[in-house]
Amino acid sequence: MRYLDEYRDSALVHRYAEAIRATVTRPWTLMEICGGQTHAIVRYGIDQLLPEGVELVHGPGCPVCVTPMGRIDQAIDLARKPGFTICSFGDMLRVPGSSTDLLRTRALGGDVRIVYSPLDAVNLAAKEPDRQFVFFAVGFETTAPANALAVRTAADRGLSNFTVLVAHVLVPPAIEAILGAPDNRIQGFLAAGHVCAVTGMADYERLAHQFRVPMVVTGFEPADILFGVLACVRQLEAGHAEAENAYARAVRSDGNRRALDLVEGVFEVADQAWRGLGVIPKSGYRLRHSYREFDATRRFGLETDSREPASECLAADVLRGMLKPDACPAFGSRCTPENPLGAPMVSNEGACAAYYRYRPMVEIPVQ
Amino acid sequence: MCLAIPGRVESIDERSPLERMAIVKFGTVLREVNVAFVPEAEPGDYVLVHVGVAISRIDEEEAKTVFEYLEQIGEAGDIGEAPP
Ligand code: SF4
Repeated sequence: MRYLDEYRDSALVHRYAEAIRATVTRPWTLMEICGGQTHAIVRYGIDQLLPEGVELVHGPGCPVCVTPMGRIDQAIDLARKPGFTICSFGDMLRVPGSSTDLLRTRALGGDVRIVYSPLDAVNLAAKEPDRQFVFFAVGFETTAPANALAVRTAADRGLSNFTVLVAHVLVPPAIEAILGAPDNRIQGFLAAGHVCAVTGMADYERLAHQFRVPMVVTGFEPADILFGVLACVRQLEAGHAEAENAYARAVRSDGNRRALDLVEGVFEVADQAWRGLGVIPKSGYRLRHSYREFDATRRFGLETDSREPASECLAADVLRGMLKPDACPAFGSRCTPENPLGAPMVSNEGACAAYYRYRPMVEIPVQ
Repeated sequence: MCLAIPGRVESIDERSPLERMAIVKFGTVLREVNVAFVPEAEPGDYVLVHVGVAISRIDEEEAKTVFEYLEQIGEAGDIGEAPP
Protein backbone atom coordinates (compact mmCIF):
# COMPACT_ATOMS: atom_id res chain seq x y z
CA MET A 1 0.00 0.00 0.00
CA ARG A 2 1.31 3.40 -0.90
CA TYR A 3 -2.11 5.04 -0.87
CA LEU A 4 -1.60 6.41 -4.35
CA ASP A 5 -1.33 4.08 -7.34
CA GLU A 6 -3.99 1.71 -6.01
CA TYR A 7 -6.54 4.48 -6.42
CA ARG A 8 -5.58 5.07 -10.04
CA ASP A 9 -6.26 1.49 -11.09
CA SER A 10 -8.08 1.61 -14.39
CA ALA A 11 -10.30 -1.43 -13.76
CA LEU A 12 -11.46 0.06 -10.45
CA VAL A 13 -12.07 3.44 -12.08
CA HIS A 14 -14.20 1.84 -14.78
CA ARG A 15 -16.21 -0.18 -12.28
CA TYR A 16 -17.03 3.06 -10.50
CA ALA A 17 -18.01 4.75 -13.75
CA GLU A 18 -20.24 1.75 -14.50
CA ALA A 19 -21.88 1.96 -11.08
CA ILE A 20 -22.58 5.66 -11.60
CA ARG A 21 -24.15 4.91 -14.97
CA ALA A 22 -26.32 2.24 -13.35
CA THR A 23 -27.41 4.67 -10.65
CA VAL A 24 -28.43 7.85 -12.43
CA THR A 25 -31.85 8.25 -13.96
CA ARG A 26 -31.78 12.04 -14.46
CA PRO A 27 -29.27 14.81 -15.14
CA TRP A 28 -27.37 16.12 -12.10
CA THR A 29 -25.03 19.06 -11.73
CA LEU A 30 -22.29 18.67 -9.14
CA MET A 31 -19.52 21.05 -8.16
CA GLU A 32 -16.05 20.00 -7.07
CA ILE A 33 -14.92 22.85 -4.88
CA CYS A 34 -11.22 22.14 -4.93
CA GLY A 35 -8.92 23.07 -7.79
CA GLY A 36 -6.73 20.06 -7.01
CA GLN A 37 -9.72 17.88 -7.86
CA THR A 38 -10.43 19.93 -10.98
CA HIS A 39 -6.92 19.14 -12.22
CA ALA A 40 -7.31 15.43 -11.49
CA ILE A 41 -10.70 15.40 -13.23
CA VAL A 42 -9.41 17.06 -16.38
CA ARG A 43 -6.07 15.26 -16.38
CA TYR A 44 -7.56 11.77 -16.10
CA GLY A 45 -10.59 12.60 -18.22
CA ILE A 46 -12.91 11.65 -15.35
CA ASP A 47 -15.66 13.96 -16.58
CA GLN A 48 -15.67 12.05 -19.85
CA LEU A 49 -16.30 8.76 -18.05
CA LEU A 50 -19.51 10.10 -16.57
CA PRO A 51 -22.87 9.39 -18.16
CA GLU A 52 -24.50 12.06 -20.25
CA GLY A 53 -26.23 14.58 -18.01
CA VAL A 54 -23.95 14.25 -14.99
CA GLU A 55 -21.95 17.43 -15.11
CA LEU A 56 -18.99 18.41 -12.95
CA VAL A 57 -18.76 22.16 -12.51
CA HIS A 58 -15.44 23.53 -11.33
CA GLY A 59 -15.50 25.62 -8.17
CA PRO A 60 -13.48 28.47 -6.68
CA GLY A 61 -11.12 26.21 -4.72
CA CYS A 62 -7.87 27.70 -5.92
CA PRO A 63 -6.32 29.89 -3.21
CA VAL A 64 -3.88 31.42 -5.66
CA CYS A 65 -6.72 32.37 -8.01
CA VAL A 66 -8.77 34.16 -5.38
CA THR A 67 -5.95 36.08 -3.67
CA PRO A 68 -6.88 39.74 -4.19
CA MET A 69 -4.80 41.69 -6.65
CA GLY A 70 -4.10 44.34 -3.99
CA ARG A 71 -2.33 41.70 -1.87
CA ILE A 72 -0.16 40.69 -4.79
CA ASP A 73 0.73 44.33 -5.37
CA GLN A 74 1.73 44.61 -1.72
CA ALA A 75 4.00 41.58 -2.04
CA ILE A 76 5.56 43.08 -5.17
CA ASP A 77 6.13 46.42 -3.43
CA LEU A 78 7.83 44.70 -0.51
CA ALA A 79 10.01 42.58 -2.76
CA ARG A 80 11.34 45.75 -4.39
CA LYS A 81 12.47 47.22 -1.07
CA PRO A 82 16.15 46.88 -0.24
CA GLY A 83 16.70 44.46 2.64
CA PHE A 84 13.37 42.68 2.10
CA THR A 85 12.76 39.11 0.98
CA ILE A 86 9.37 37.76 -0.07
CA CYS A 87 8.98 34.02 0.46
CA SER A 88 6.15 32.35 -1.42
CA PHE A 89 4.82 29.09 -2.74
CA GLY A 90 5.91 28.74 -6.36
CA ASP A 91 2.52 29.13 -8.03
CA MET A 92 2.06 32.70 -6.75
CA LEU A 93 4.96 33.98 -8.83
CA ARG A 94 3.23 34.34 -12.17
CA VAL A 95 -0.10 35.60 -10.89
CA PRO A 96 -0.66 39.05 -12.38
CA GLY A 97 -0.76 42.04 -10.04
CA SER A 98 -2.10 45.32 -11.35
CA SER A 99 1.07 46.07 -13.33
CA THR A 100 3.51 43.18 -13.00
CA ASP A 101 4.07 39.89 -11.16
CA LEU A 102 6.52 38.50 -8.61
CA LEU A 103 8.49 36.60 -11.24
CA ARG A 104 9.29 39.76 -13.21
CA THR A 105 9.96 41.61 -9.99
CA ARG A 106 12.56 38.99 -9.18
CA ALA A 107 14.10 39.23 -12.65
CA LEU A 108 14.51 42.97 -12.02
CA GLY A 109 16.45 42.32 -8.84
CA GLY A 110 13.72 41.90 -6.20
CA ASP A 111 14.45 39.18 -3.65
CA VAL A 112 11.66 36.64 -4.14
CA ARG A 113 12.32 33.11 -2.91
CA ILE A 114 10.20 30.04 -3.49
CA VAL A 115 9.74 27.92 -0.40
CA TYR A 116 8.22 24.47 -0.08
CA SER A 117 6.93 25.11 3.44
CA PRO A 118 6.19 28.22 5.53
CA LEU A 119 8.55 26.72 8.11
CA ASP A 120 11.36 27.08 5.56
CA ALA A 121 10.69 30.82 5.50
CA VAL A 122 11.03 30.95 9.30
CA ASN A 123 14.35 29.11 9.07
CA LEU A 124 15.60 31.53 6.41
CA ALA A 125 14.70 34.47 8.65
CA ALA A 126 16.60 32.89 11.54
CA LYS A 127 19.66 32.43 9.33
CA GLU A 128 19.72 35.97 7.93
CA PRO A 129 18.78 38.26 10.82
CA ASP A 130 19.71 41.42 8.89
CA ARG A 131 16.97 40.99 6.29
CA GLN A 132 13.19 41.26 6.69
CA PHE A 133 11.46 38.04 5.59
CA VAL A 134 7.82 38.27 4.59
CA PHE A 135 5.98 35.02 3.96
CA PHE A 136 3.04 35.25 1.56
CA ALA A 137 0.56 33.23 3.61
CA VAL A 138 -2.16 32.26 1.14
CA GLY A 139 -4.34 29.21 1.33
CA PHE A 140 -7.49 27.45 2.41
CA GLU A 141 -8.05 25.66 5.71
CA THR A 142 -5.63 22.95 4.57
CA THR A 143 -2.71 25.36 4.71
CA ALA A 144 -3.77 27.28 7.81
CA PRO A 145 -2.14 24.85 10.30
CA ALA A 146 1.25 25.16 8.57
CA ASN A 147 0.96 28.94 8.39
CA ALA A 148 -0.13 29.18 12.02
CA LEU A 149 2.75 26.92 13.00
CA ALA A 150 5.19 29.22 11.17
CA VAL A 151 3.91 32.31 13.01
CA ARG A 152 3.92 30.49 16.34
CA THR A 153 7.45 29.16 15.74
CA ALA A 154 8.72 32.63 14.83
CA ALA A 155 7.10 33.98 18.02
CA ASP A 156 8.61 31.23 20.17
CA ARG A 157 12.05 31.91 18.69
CA GLY A 158 11.64 35.64 19.19
CA LEU A 159 12.30 36.46 15.52
CA SER A 160 11.83 40.16 14.82
CA ASN A 161 12.53 39.88 11.08
CA PHE A 162 9.68 37.52 10.12
CA THR A 163 6.18 38.62 9.15
CA VAL A 164 3.33 37.22 7.08
CA LEU A 165 1.19 38.75 4.38
CA VAL A 166 -2.08 36.93 4.97
CA ALA A 167 -4.62 36.08 2.26
CA HIS A 168 -6.47 33.17 3.84
CA VAL A 169 -9.84 31.97 2.59
CA LEU A 170 -12.41 29.60 4.05
CA VAL A 171 -14.47 27.17 2.01
CA PRO A 172 -17.89 26.97 3.73
CA PRO A 173 -18.75 30.69 3.27
CA ALA A 174 -17.89 30.36 -0.43
CA ILE A 175 -20.20 27.35 -0.76
CA GLU A 176 -22.87 29.34 0.99
CA ALA A 177 -22.38 32.25 -1.44
CA ILE A 178 -22.68 29.88 -4.41
CA LEU A 179 -25.77 28.10 -3.10
CA GLY A 180 -27.38 31.37 -2.08
CA ALA A 181 -26.97 32.97 -5.51
CA PRO A 182 -30.29 33.34 -7.37
CA ASP A 183 -28.87 31.69 -10.50
CA ASN A 184 -27.37 28.72 -8.65
CA ARG A 185 -27.66 25.42 -10.48
CA ILE A 186 -25.43 23.22 -8.29
CA GLN A 187 -27.31 20.25 -6.84
CA GLY A 188 -24.51 18.46 -5.00
CA PHE A 189 -21.00 19.18 -3.79
CA LEU A 190 -17.79 17.20 -3.69
CA ALA A 191 -16.22 18.78 -0.61
CA ALA A 192 -12.45 19.08 -0.55
CA GLY A 193 -10.89 16.17 1.32
CA HIS A 194 -7.74 17.95 2.42
CA VAL A 195 -9.66 20.93 3.75
CA CYS A 196 -11.92 18.58 5.73
CA ALA A 197 -8.93 16.61 7.05
CA VAL A 198 -8.20 19.77 9.02
CA THR A 199 -11.68 21.16 9.73
CA GLY A 200 -13.82 18.07 10.02
CA MET A 201 -17.37 17.89 8.68
CA ALA A 202 -19.57 19.93 11.01
CA ASP A 203 -19.87 22.91 8.65
CA TYR A 204 -20.78 20.59 5.80
CA GLU A 205 -23.48 18.89 7.84
CA ARG A 206 -24.96 22.30 8.52
CA LEU A 207 -24.78 23.34 4.86
CA ALA A 208 -26.25 20.05 3.63
CA HIS A 209 -29.28 20.47 5.85
CA GLN A 210 -29.67 24.22 5.39
CA PHE A 211 -29.61 24.10 1.58
CA ARG A 212 -30.83 20.51 1.17
CA VAL A 213 -27.81 19.64 -0.95
CA PRO A 214 -25.58 16.56 -0.51
CA MET A 215 -22.00 17.32 0.53
CA VAL A 216 -19.62 14.43 -0.07
CA VAL A 217 -16.09 14.73 1.29
CA THR A 218 -13.94 13.46 -1.56
CA GLY A 219 -10.31 12.54 -2.17
CA PHE A 220 -8.05 13.35 -5.08
CA GLU A 221 -7.18 10.17 -6.94
CA PRO A 222 -9.38 9.04 -9.85
CA ALA A 223 -11.16 6.25 -7.95
CA ASP A 224 -11.64 8.58 -4.98
CA ILE A 225 -13.30 11.21 -7.13
CA LEU A 226 -15.62 8.72 -8.79
CA PHE A 227 -16.43 7.28 -5.36
CA GLY A 228 -17.43 10.82 -4.32
CA VAL A 229 -19.55 11.29 -7.45
CA LEU A 230 -21.25 7.92 -6.93
CA ALA A 231 -22.04 8.69 -3.28
CA CYS A 232 -23.37 12.10 -4.31
CA VAL A 233 -25.65 10.86 -7.12
CA ARG A 234 -26.90 8.02 -4.92
CA GLN A 235 -28.01 10.63 -2.39
CA LEU A 236 -29.58 12.79 -5.09
CA GLU A 237 -31.45 9.88 -6.64
CA ALA A 238 -32.74 8.88 -3.20
CA GLY A 239 -33.71 12.46 -2.32
CA HIS A 240 -31.20 12.67 0.53
CA ALA A 241 -29.08 15.67 1.50
CA GLU A 242 -26.41 14.62 3.97
CA ALA A 243 -22.77 15.28 4.64
CA GLU A 244 -21.00 12.02 3.77
CA ASN A 245 -17.37 11.01 4.06
CA ALA A 246 -15.96 9.29 0.97
CA TYR A 247 -12.36 9.96 2.04
CA ALA A 248 -12.36 8.39 5.47
CA ARG A 249 -8.77 7.20 5.23
CA ALA A 250 -7.68 10.81 5.72
CA VAL A 251 -10.69 12.64 7.15
CA ARG A 252 -12.12 12.21 10.67
CA SER A 253 -15.52 13.76 11.18
CA ASP A 254 -14.16 16.11 13.85
CA GLY A 255 -11.07 17.00 11.81
CA ASN A 256 -7.65 17.54 13.32
CA ARG A 257 -8.26 19.07 16.73
CA ARG A 258 -4.64 19.81 17.47
CA ALA A 259 -4.16 21.66 14.21
CA LEU A 260 -7.40 23.60 14.68
CA ASP A 261 -6.43 24.63 18.20
CA LEU A 262 -3.23 26.20 16.94
CA VAL A 263 -4.98 27.83 13.97
CA GLU A 264 -7.61 29.33 16.27
CA GLY A 265 -4.92 30.57 18.62
CA VAL A 266 -3.09 32.45 15.88
CA PHE A 267 -5.87 33.50 13.48
CA GLU A 268 -9.41 34.82 13.81
CA VAL A 269 -12.19 34.77 11.25
CA ALA A 270 -12.65 38.00 9.27
CA ASP A 271 -14.39 39.29 6.16
CA GLN A 272 -12.26 38.55 3.12
CA ALA A 273 -12.08 39.83 -0.44
CA TRP A 274 -11.89 37.08 -3.08
CA ARG A 275 -10.36 38.07 -6.36
CA GLY A 276 -13.13 38.32 -8.93
CA LEU A 277 -15.84 37.48 -6.41
CA GLY A 278 -15.71 40.46 -4.07
CA VAL A 279 -15.92 40.48 -0.29
CA ILE A 280 -17.55 37.44 1.30
CA PRO A 281 -18.45 37.92 4.98
CA LYS A 282 -16.48 35.88 7.50
CA SER A 283 -14.67 33.99 4.74
CA GLY A 284 -11.04 34.49 5.72
CA TYR A 285 -8.50 34.66 8.50
CA ARG A 286 -6.50 37.52 9.92
CA LEU A 287 -3.89 37.37 12.65
CA ARG A 288 -5.17 37.72 16.19
CA HIS A 289 -4.27 40.86 18.11
CA SER A 290 -1.70 38.97 20.17
CA TYR A 291 0.21 38.13 16.96
CA ARG A 292 -0.17 41.57 15.33
CA GLU A 293 3.58 42.17 15.26
CA PHE A 294 3.81 39.39 12.67
CA ASP A 295 1.37 41.13 10.34
CA ALA A 296 3.37 42.61 7.45
CA THR A 297 0.62 45.08 6.51
CA ARG A 298 0.72 46.51 10.01
CA ARG A 299 4.45 46.46 10.60
CA PHE A 300 5.26 48.09 7.27
CA GLY A 301 2.18 50.32 7.08
CA LEU A 302 0.93 48.86 3.79
CA GLU A 303 -2.13 50.43 2.22
CA THR A 304 -4.85 48.15 0.90
CA ASP A 305 -6.08 48.92 -2.57
CA SER A 306 -9.09 46.78 -3.33
CA ARG A 307 -9.68 48.10 -6.85
CA GLU A 308 -9.22 45.62 -9.65
CA PRO A 309 -8.41 47.14 -13.03
CA ALA A 310 -10.77 46.22 -15.85
CA SER A 311 -9.61 43.17 -17.75
CA GLU A 312 -10.98 40.85 -20.37
CA CYS A 313 -10.32 37.96 -17.96
CA LEU A 314 -13.55 36.15 -17.08
CA ALA A 315 -12.11 34.46 -14.01
CA ALA A 316 -15.04 35.54 -11.85
CA ASP A 317 -17.42 33.48 -14.01
CA VAL A 318 -15.00 30.56 -14.17
CA LEU A 319 -14.55 30.58 -10.40
CA ARG A 320 -18.30 30.55 -9.79
CA GLY A 321 -18.77 27.68 -12.18
CA MET A 322 -20.77 29.79 -14.66
CA LEU A 323 -18.28 29.45 -17.52
CA LYS A 324 -16.06 26.59 -18.62
CA PRO A 325 -12.50 27.82 -19.15
CA ASP A 326 -12.40 26.93 -22.82
CA ALA A 327 -15.46 29.09 -23.42
CA CYS A 328 -13.47 32.21 -22.45
CA PRO A 329 -12.64 34.10 -25.68
CA ALA A 330 -9.05 34.72 -24.54
CA PHE A 331 -8.41 31.07 -23.63
CA GLY A 332 -5.35 29.65 -25.37
CA SER A 333 -4.89 32.71 -27.58
CA ARG A 334 -4.33 35.91 -25.63
CA CYS A 335 -4.22 33.96 -22.36
CA THR A 336 -1.74 31.09 -21.90
CA PRO A 337 0.31 29.85 -18.92
CA GLU A 338 3.33 31.76 -20.27
CA ASN A 339 1.35 34.97 -20.67
CA PRO A 340 -1.63 34.69 -18.35
CA LEU A 341 -4.35 37.30 -18.19
CA GLY A 342 -5.77 35.82 -15.03
CA ALA A 343 -4.75 33.70 -12.09
CA PRO A 344 -6.74 30.56 -13.07
CA MET A 345 -4.36 30.18 -16.04
CA VAL A 346 -1.33 30.17 -13.76
CA SER A 347 -1.99 28.14 -10.70
CA ASN A 348 -1.53 24.40 -10.39
CA GLU A 349 -5.12 24.40 -9.25
CA GLY A 350 -6.57 26.89 -11.67
CA ALA A 351 -9.29 25.53 -13.94
CA CYS A 352 -8.01 27.40 -17.02
CA ALA A 353 -4.53 25.94 -16.54
CA ALA A 354 -6.03 22.46 -16.21
CA TYR A 355 -7.91 22.79 -19.49
CA TYR A 356 -4.90 24.28 -21.24
CA ARG A 357 -2.58 21.56 -20.04
CA TYR A 358 -4.71 18.45 -20.40
CA ARG A 359 -7.41 19.10 -23.00
CA PRO A 360 -6.20 18.53 -26.55
CA MET A 361 -6.63 21.75 -28.51
CA VAL A 362 -8.78 20.08 -31.17
CA GLU A 363 -11.47 19.51 -28.60
CA ILE A 364 -11.88 23.16 -27.77
CA PRO A 365 -15.30 24.08 -29.07
CA VAL A 366 -15.55 27.15 -31.23
CA GLN A 367 -18.02 29.41 -29.46
CA MET B 1 -1.73 24.31 -3.41
CA CYS B 2 -3.93 22.08 -1.33
CA LEU B 3 -1.88 19.25 -2.72
CA ALA B 4 -1.23 16.82 0.09
CA ILE B 5 0.61 13.59 -0.49
CA PRO B 6 0.90 10.40 1.53
CA GLY B 7 4.29 9.32 2.79
CA ARG B 8 5.63 6.76 5.27
CA VAL B 9 7.11 7.91 8.56
CA GLU B 10 10.63 6.51 8.90
CA SER B 11 11.74 8.10 12.17
CA ILE B 12 10.64 10.81 14.58
CA ASP B 13 12.67 13.33 16.56
CA GLU B 14 10.54 15.26 19.04
CA ARG B 15 12.41 18.46 19.91
CA SER B 16 9.40 20.17 21.49
CA PRO B 17 5.63 19.62 21.24
CA LEU B 18 5.41 21.92 18.22
CA GLU B 19 8.69 20.79 16.75
CA ARG B 20 8.02 17.11 16.31
CA MET B 21 10.06 16.37 13.21
CA ALA B 22 9.92 13.19 11.17
CA ILE B 23 11.76 11.80 8.21
CA VAL B 24 9.04 10.81 5.77
CA LYS B 25 9.50 8.73 2.66
CA PHE B 26 7.57 9.65 -0.50
CA GLY B 27 8.26 6.98 -3.09
CA THR B 28 12.05 7.07 -3.09
CA VAL B 29 12.42 10.62 -1.74
CA LEU B 30 13.06 11.38 1.93
CA ARG B 31 11.93 14.66 3.43
CA GLU B 32 11.77 16.29 6.83
CA VAL B 33 8.16 16.84 7.89
CA ASN B 34 6.62 18.38 10.99
CA VAL B 35 4.30 15.79 12.55
CA ALA B 36 3.21 17.81 15.61
CA PHE B 37 -0.44 17.65 14.52
CA VAL B 38 -0.52 13.86 14.26
CA PRO B 39 0.74 12.77 17.69
CA GLU B 40 -0.66 9.28 17.10
CA ALA B 41 1.61 8.72 14.09
CA GLU B 42 4.57 6.43 14.61
CA PRO B 43 7.31 5.08 12.36
CA GLY B 44 5.73 2.79 9.76
CA ASP B 45 2.50 4.80 9.61
CA TYR B 46 1.48 6.77 6.55
CA VAL B 47 0.71 10.45 6.97
CA LEU B 48 -0.78 13.00 4.61
CA VAL B 49 1.68 15.86 4.16
CA HIS B 50 0.88 19.37 2.98
CA VAL B 51 3.57 22.09 2.66
CA GLY B 52 5.93 20.30 5.04
CA VAL B 53 3.35 19.59 7.74
CA ALA B 54 1.41 16.35 8.31
CA ILE B 55 -2.31 17.09 8.61
CA SER B 56 -3.66 13.56 9.03
CA ARG B 57 -2.60 10.00 9.69
CA ILE B 58 -3.89 7.59 7.08
CA ASP B 59 -6.25 5.02 8.52
CA GLU B 60 -5.39 1.66 7.00
CA GLU B 61 -8.79 0.11 7.68
CA GLU B 62 -10.66 3.02 6.11
CA ALA B 63 -8.27 2.97 3.16
CA LYS B 64 -9.99 -0.21 1.95
CA THR B 65 -13.39 1.44 1.67
CA VAL B 66 -12.81 2.56 -1.90
CA PHE B 67 -12.17 -1.05 -2.91
CA GLU B 68 -15.08 -2.47 -0.93
CA TYR B 69 -17.82 0.12 -1.44
CA LEU B 70 -19.03 -1.24 -4.76
CA GLU B 71 -19.45 -4.72 -3.31
CA GLN B 72 -21.26 -3.29 -0.34
CA ILE B 73 -23.79 -1.35 -2.34
CA GLY B 74 -23.96 -4.19 -4.87
CA GLU B 75 -25.02 -6.55 -2.11
CA ALA B 76 -27.59 -4.03 -1.01
CA GLY B 77 -29.08 -4.52 -4.46
CA ASP B 78 -28.74 -0.89 -5.45
CA ILE B 79 -26.68 -1.34 -8.55
CA GLY B 80 -27.14 -3.85 -11.28
CA GLU B 81 -24.22 -6.15 -10.92
CA ALA B 82 -22.00 -6.96 -7.97
CA PRO B 83 -18.40 -7.36 -9.15
CA PRO B 84 -16.72 -10.71 -8.37
S1 SF4 C 1 -8.71 31.77 -19.92
FE1 SF4 C 1 -7.40 33.42 -19.07
S2 SF4 C 1 -8.56 35.30 -19.47
FE2 SF4 C 1 -10.03 33.60 -19.67
S3 SF4 C 1 -10.90 33.35 -17.61
FE3 SF4 C 1 -9.14 31.95 -17.72
S4 SF4 C 1 -7.45 33.13 -16.85
FE4 SF4 C 1 -9.06 34.66 -17.38
